[in-house]
Amino acid sequence: MSRIGVFVCWCGSNIAGTVDVEKVRDEASKIPGVVSAVDYKYMCSDPGQNSLRNVIKEKNLTGVVLAACSPHMHENTFRKAAIKEGLNPYFVEIANIREQVSWVHDDKERATSKAVDLMTMMVEKVKRDRSIDDVKVPLHKKTLVIGGGISGIQAALDIANGGVEVLLVEKEPSIGGRMIQLDETFPTLDCSSCIMTPKMVEVNQHPNIKLYTYSEVTDVSGYIGNFKIKIKKKARSVVEKDCTGCGNCWNVCPMHKNVKSEFNVNLSERTAIYVPFPQAVPLIPALDRAVCLHFKKGGKCVKCYEACGPKCIDFNLQDEIVEETVGAIVAATGYDLIENSLYGEYGYGKYKDVVSGLQFERLLSASGPTEGLVKRPSDGATPKTIVFIQCVGSRDPEKGVPYCSKVCCMYTAKHAKLFAHKVHGSQSYVFYIDIRATSKGYEEFVRGTMEQDGAIYLRGRVSRIYEDEGKLIIKGADTLSGNQVEIAADMVVLATGVIPKKGSDKVAQMLGISYDKYGFYTESHPKLRPTESSTAGIFLAGMAQGPRDIPESVVSGSAAASKILGLFSKDEYEVEGTIASVNEATCVACFYCRRVCAYNAISGKDIKDRSGKLIKVVANVNPGLCVGCGACVNACFSKTIDVKGFMDDQIYAEIRSLSV
Amino acid sequence: MEDKKEELAKTSGDNDPRIIAFVCNWCTYSGADLAGTSRMKYADNVRVIKLPCSGRIDPMFIVEAFKKGAKGVLISGCHPGDCHYISGNYHSRRKYAIFRNLLGFLGVDLNRVEFSWVSASEGNKWVHIINEFTDKIKSLKNGSNDIFKK
Ligand SMILES: Cc1cc2nc3c(=O)[nH]c(=O)nc-3n(C[C@H](O)[C@H](O)[C@H](O)COP(=O)(O)OP(=O)(O)OC[C@H]3O[C@@H](n4cnc5c(N)ncnc54)[C@H](O)[C@@H]3O)c2cc1C
Ligand code: SF4
Ligand code: SF4
Ligand code: FES
Repeated sequence: MSRIGVFVCWCGSNIAGTVDVEKVRDEASKIPGVVSAVDYKYMCSDPGQNSLRNVIKEKNLTGVVLAACSPHMHENTFRKAAIKEGLNPYFVEIANIREQVSWVHDDKERATSKAVDLMTMMVEKVKRDRSIDDVKVPLHKKTLVIGGGISGIQAALDIANGGVEVLLVEKEPSIGGRMIQLDETFPTLDCSSCIMTPKMVEVNQHPNIKLYTYSEVTDVSGYIGNFKIKIKKKARSVVEKDCTGCGNCWNVCPMHKNVKSEFNVNLSERTAIYVPFPQAVPLIPALDRAVCLHFKKGGKCVKCYEACGPKCIDFNLQDEIVEETVGAIVAATGYDLIENSLYGEYGYGKYKDVVSGLQFERLLSASGPTEGLVKRPSDGATPKTIVFIQCVGSRDPEKGVPYCSKVCCMYTAKHAKLFAHKVHGSQSYVFYIDIRATSKGYEEFVRGTMEQDGAIYLRGRVSRIYEDEGKLIIKGADTLSGNQVEIAADMVVLATGVIPKKGSDKVAQMLGISYDKYGFYTESHPKLRPTESSTAGIFLAGMAQGPRDIPESVVSGSAAASKILGLFSKDEYEVEGTIASVNEATCVACFYCRRVCAYNAISGKDIKDRSGKLIKVVANVNPGLCVGCGACVNACFSKTIDVKGFMDDQIYAEIRSLSV
Repeated sequence: MEDKKEELAKTSGDNDPRIIAFVCNWCTYSGADLAGTSRMKYADNVRVIKLPCSGRIDPMFIVEAFKKGAKGVLISGCHPGDCHYISGNYHSRRKYAIFRNLLGFLGVDLNRVEFSWVSASEGNKWVHIINEFTDKIKSLKNGSNDIFKK
């Protein structure tokens, strides 16, 4: 039998000015099951809470209704007070008679009758409340970071420095991501490898970080605190522990003409056994079996094996699957560039001297194919005039993507600046739509490129590029002066926009996190939870979330790390108990519920008899994943699944209490 | 004022209709709270039933509300793309689109059911919707109150 206490709050005159609180109290005392009804000036005050606690104790209440301000204000306050008297906090319900009654209505009589209705509704609800226990999920204090670019590296280091073990999985033979491909970085022009290499080395040497390069995560199941993952270590054909990184192998590899270097964005070649760049971490080569003569010609070539002192080359190594359990995951898979070939009018692919921004980074870089001397790809001559075209693919809903890639204005200004520094007497032209330089020091940086380094900025689009007598002729419009312009240049650099890393949609599906129509991972809340994915325990960092520069990528990596360290500061993760539950007796295993669940919280569970024979399969709710949204409840035809705290019978009772 | 009320009572349908609103906790309920915090005034006919998400709103709740004498039912959740639970509002929109026809088939005057998105910052929209909907219900002919003809 219910023993309900109703507490009507005056909130000074906030409620009592418009609602006849005594009348609400008297009406409450007439409802069957209500054993105590009182009114009080300020229920949320200490004396108010004490009186609540006293009545709970004295009258041995089984449920409490507060007719007071919005539950978003003090539901927690009153629940905590109830806990202190041993009452399950979910037996506390709030009738919102301030925000939704006294503050929005004038007529006292009608406001009072509405308040009585809302109070009655909650009495009927609380009568049907069940005790709900918050679910505690044990935390496996280990983290998986997917992607070894700057954002993943930052996350890994911060987490590891916080004392938590990290598995960093990178699919390339070395960590470093895009940043290690860059020359100098805006807005301060520090050399990218000078600031990046120490971090990469730190990752490799950190006692709390286990690095898996040339590896991919192939399977993820489970939930926050307890993800089971599989990592595929691709066969590197090199026994990592024995390799000294001397380079004898790649120096003798005969395949040095045909394979384009990914690291140098096709501007140079690499061997079949290779490290992508000299400062690679780890400094252990990988043998690319798709192009290796040993594999293509039936084992004939063994040159690298012969050259290797410690004999660590093993052509028979197989892919290896490592299984691990982690409590949290960071997805930091970074970005790719839009296909330049979409823009035939710019002649990319047709004219060798039309290059992408990333290629230009390699041409500027001291570790690049030209050792830092700006030389054009066609004949190695030093260009005197370069035309830069911004927004290639970005802000172009027709052919490219509608969004702004955010970094291109800045890296183009950087390119024009570095070009001016490296080739004296040279001239840059920059075609742009508008300049977006909004972070600290950025506007000044672009100004400097224009004013000190003499780059000529032309607002407008390029319509066509063609070759004429060894020059590239760029035809375009300068919309500010209204003139058509024609420039004869030695090189063209396309500021190609960014897109999510190829395959990031597959990663998202594997992780069960959501992504937008471009493939960027989406945040749990765009403003207030920018670090969390839609799935508890999985965090996001870097360009994989959307266009961002290095400082922002670092910030997001650190943010993910701090969230994870916070999560791991306790031994268990507490989930609100208001989640779905299944009546196994009535479940018919149609799994309609699973189809509507956006959180992958529902799986199948085998029910077996004592001899272990399968009797039937039923839906099973994973408490680590379910958020209690209730979408599944309406999908279930057999009324088998229900959400605690908002059970069907409670809602029907609320509706019925409002009969007229 | 009094006169006008009298007149309304004579010329239009039920002058004091009960309206039940099923709303999600995160957007619409907070929007309604905001109307309160901003001391906006609106028609007092509405009774709000709070659910975690509009995706929890079972079409049968609407039927039950009408059976218990409600003259209008409002369903409201977060704007598309804003659902706290990612896609609950899409489920409810889809379900509602189908269910609306069924309600019509049952003989419910479809003017009596309304679906809307109200965000946590749209206190004014909430006020507007409640007032408009209340006026609309008041203007409906009494006959169509007979939601489920016996
Ligand atoms: C031409 C150009 C110039 C730029 N110049 C500057 C500059 O001067 N200053 C500045 O602040 N920013 C600059 N940027 C932006 C900068 O490159 C990015 O902000 C930064 O690199 C983003 O780092 P990230 O870690 O998020 O992604 P990435 O660097 O792309 O790293 C992602 C990593 O994840 C790995 N990965 C991807 N998928 C998987 C998978 N499934 N499994 C395992 N590993 C995976 C990738 O191999 C990669 O190593 C420039 C960008 C461009 C295009
Ligand atoms: S020769 Fe052997 S030790 Fe040296 S880099 Fe090659 S594989 Fe490593
Ligand atoms: S309540 Fe929501 S999250 Fe939980 S199982 Fe049902 S649909 Fe999934
Ligand atoms: S939480 Fe508002 S509609 Fe889902």
